[in-house]
Amino acid sequence: MSTLAETPISKAKREVIEQAVIRFAGDSGDGMQITGSQFTNTVALYGNDIATFPDYPAEIRAPAGTLPGVSGYQLHFSSSDVHTPGDLVDVLIAMNPAALKMNLADLKPNGILIVNQDSFKENDLRKAQMSANPLEDHSLDKYRLFSVEAQRLTRNALQHLGIDAKAMDRCKNFFALGMCYWLYNRSMDPTFRWIDDKFSKKPLIAEANKLALKAGYSYCEATEAFQVSYEIPPARLEKGIYRSLSGNQAVALGFVTAAQKAGLTLFLGSYPITPASDILHELSQYKDFGVLTFQAEDEIAAITSSIGASYAGALAITTTSGPGMALKTEALGLAVMTELPLVIVDVQRGGPSTGLPTKTEQADLLQALFGRNSEAPIPVLAASTPSDCFWVVVEACRIALKYMVPVIVLTDGYLANGAEPWRIPTLDEIPAFPAAHAKNPEGFLPYKRDPQTLARPWAIPGTPGLEHRIGGIEKQDGTGNVNYEPLNHENMVRIRAAKVAGVVQDIPDAVPVGDPDGDLLIVAWGSTSGSITAALNGRRAKGLPGRIGHLHLRHLNPLPANLGEVLKRYKKILVPELNMGQLIWVLRAKYLVDAIGMNKIQGRPFMQNELEVKIEELIGK
Amino acid sequence: MTTDTLPVLTKKDFQTDQEVRWCPGCGDYAILAAVQAVFPELGIPREKFVVVSGIGCSSRFPYYMNTYGFHSIHGRAPAVATGIKIANPELDVWVATGDGDALAIGGNHTIHALRRNVGVKVLLFNNRIYGLTKGQYSPTSEFHKKTKSTPYGSPDRPFNPVSLAIGAESTFVARSVDVFQQHLKDTLKHAAAHKGSAFIEILQNCNIFNDGAWTTLTEKDARSEKIIQLEHGKPLVFGKNRDKGIRRLPDGDIEVVTLGGDITEKDLIVHNAHHPRPSYAFLLSHMEHRPGFPTPIGVLRAWDDLPRYEDVMNEQVQEVIAKKGPGDLASLLRSGDTWEVK
Repeated sequence: MSTLAETPISKAKREVIEQAVIRFAGDSGDGMQITGSQFTNTVALYGNDIATFPDYPAEIRAPAGTLPGVSGYQLHFSSSDVHTPGDLVDVLIAMNPAALKMNLADLKPNGILIVNQDSFKENDLRKAQMSANPLEDHSLDKYRLFSVEAQRLTRNALQHLGIDAKAMDRCKNFFALGMCYWLYNRSMDPTFRWIDDKFSKKPLIAEANKLALKAGYSYCEATEAFQVSYEIPPARLEKGIYRSLSGNQAVALGFVTAAQKAGLTLFLGSYPITPASDILHELSQYKDFGVLTFQAEDEIAAITSSIGASYAGALAITTTSGPGMALKTEALGLAVMTELPLVIVDVQRGGPSTGLPTKTEQADLLQALFGRNSEAPIPVLAASTPSDCFWVVVEACRIALKYMVPVIVLTDGYLANGAEPWRIPTLDEIPAFPAAHAKNPEGFLPYKRDPQTLARPWAIPGTPGLEHRIGGIEKQDGTGNVNYEPLNHENMVRIRAAKVAGVVQDIPDAVPVGDPDGDLLIVAWGSTSGSITAALNGRRAKGLPGRIGHLHLRHLNPLPANLGEVLKRYKKILVPELNMGQLIWVLRAKYLVDAIGMNKIQGRPFMQNELEVKIEELIGK
Repeated sequence: MTTDTLPVLTKKDFQTDQEVRWCPGCGDYAILAAVQAVFPELGIPREKFVVVSGIGCSSRFPYYMNTYGFHSIHGRAPAVATGIKIANPELDVWVATGDGDALAIGGNHTIHALRRNVGVKVLLFNNRIYGLTKGQYSPTSEFHKKTKSTPYGSPDRPFNPVSLAIGAESTFVARSVDVFQQHLKDTLKHAAAHKGSAFIEILQNCNIFNDGAWTTLTEKDARSEKIIQLEHGKPLVFGKNRDKGIRRLPDGDIEVVTLGGDITEKDLIVHNAHHPRPSYAFLLSHMEHRPGFPTPIGVLRAWDDLPRYEDVMNEQVQEVIAKKGPGDLASLLRSGDTWEVK
């Protein structure tokens, strides 16, 4: 194994900078997601704070070289706190003309542009619908262009291995990665380790990828292509052991943790759907934790099997995205009616219908809150960052078990695929919440309630003396017998509502970040947290005036008890959302506040700059 | 657990205090009576039984069984039962469903539970009509049948439930009739003894919306001519005078023959319910659609050599634990590349 000391020492000037934003763009067959995640892993291991934004097409392989086939991976890394993947990029790696065309608008003036010169032939340009070669017509003069024969140089480096040209060309992404490692003075070791692990059964392919990586690095060293290389020191993060964590990984780890903390077997019923499938993939690996993963025949079977598993005593969960949520609707009502614990994760994506499967959106909030027939309240939580998904999932499980209710967790495509450093908690930092199945037949009634939580007992099949029947038909409180009496129905509707409303006793009061009162309160939820924080930090750094608070809601049902009072402390309320205005609808209805909406429905997160402009518009510069 | 440590259970132990609310004269009463008579004889503690249902008249079944019971939503009982079975393979899970519940809205769950060989027993009450919604045609209603929703006759061609179950390669497929009480109990016992998926179609009368649903088969004068009772190891004989049988043709097809003269029982097919392949059972299941052929009842297929789904799934967990040891949460959270901030 190579070490940093063995890699060539750069003779170029080294400049220490605070942060950089880099984007790898290429054809979806070019391995851009792997390239980006390798770079991310390396800088995270070095100690930078990171935020990532993988952006790829819904098609597995659109025709090679075309505009719809472009896949990108953006990374913001820094020696200080990072909250977003960055608006504009400092470095763009474009592996073909289509990637250049689709991404150039986001490159800063004088930014570094690295292109694979070998893929700018006439045919490539035609596929990207370009009439002239931008490498030759001076249209790129405002950038620092590095036109590199990545394909030819990769082939040169690998030709002695005796593998075919196609296999050699598949390594050219690692040539580009090697260049970036040189540019930012990073060790190739973590990627060498990854290659050895990934291709342990294909040593020749492992060798090819390592050689391509080294060739890219050495190319920069030998040619002194770049006048300068950069150094971004480690970030000053809270002490502890860290790892890089994506939202979908965090959800999976959160569930395994919750099951252990509850002392229950974890059961996942799920049906593959973008962008939630990775949760199923992750959890299906954890059989040593006793995790049971059931890939059902459809979304309905995914949730109803989970309801069955919950009835049988497991910590039961189901994971999906918007279209799947729609299919689960009736079963959610069944879980409400039978008062069984269940956690449903909706990794939101652009909609309606199939919509934008790989793009992000926050438009399922009202569906989560109200999308069921009749009066069927469900607690709803939303995660705000990739690693927050872990904590939100643990909290959702705790609430589901304590109150015997289904709980919905909202994440989205941006959180699911984005990654950030996560300080790994020790196990005693996470409180246990042992679940208790009913055992005692004396005085047992299936709907006899705990006076504080209104939860009914969890009596599971196999327990002698507790035989009882539950189901979707209205039942008499206490006995659980079928009951159609008018007053009983009203009573039961009110009890189910009171039970969910009562979860508020478990929710901390809302405390805005920043000024506790003043000119403007930004109220938001979910994945917009990073962009809003960055915008407010940006404003503060510029020394702009105004008393501004930022309240990011984790609990969307019930809402924190003091929310109405907090809203009154500010002159203006701004609610930025990646939808047409859903939280604002709830706030206006519930608190009669004249809140102002800010809405973006483009399948992409807010840019820091967009928020700064809006804030300026509301309270001035 | 051995049976001699069990309390002796009776039919009464499986009756609930709930008033049974099927229409007087409904075939469901007979099915309830048969199930309540059979459960105490199975040597299984009462708390291990779970009866799961969907929606429809038949799906009220769990409320009348003093076991664990789950009256779920329309069509989803097989999926709920699958979740229960995976979470606790020790339970004895029975699904009560109807022709609309299992074959229309829940068709997908039915075939997938069967092809996975989940160890649940599916009792499909087939009255060829939607009863609870007051008389629309169902997926088993006859072609051209006039109902409330098909005043000019149904354009649908019906499913044959046992053919469908065999097509899904259910490892146990049987058919019985509400009014044949002893046959029904015997069939239920066969199903109870089967470890994998068991599917029983129970021909059932709806005396309100489809009275006489099966009388062409069940009326006393006709039944021995119209029905053939399958028994494993016995030749396929039927008829009032037991003078007809089913014989294999050289091309693999079958024909009805009259016994006598050159043709004896030795020429007939000897019923083999335990055949590992489903094609013979499918042939039997389909013969009722042909003129002159009888409708088979009894066990068409009972091949129990396939591991149950829930066992495969739980064994995978045990195998991984045996190989890797029980998972350590702290190490899991720290998996992959980590770094320390000091």
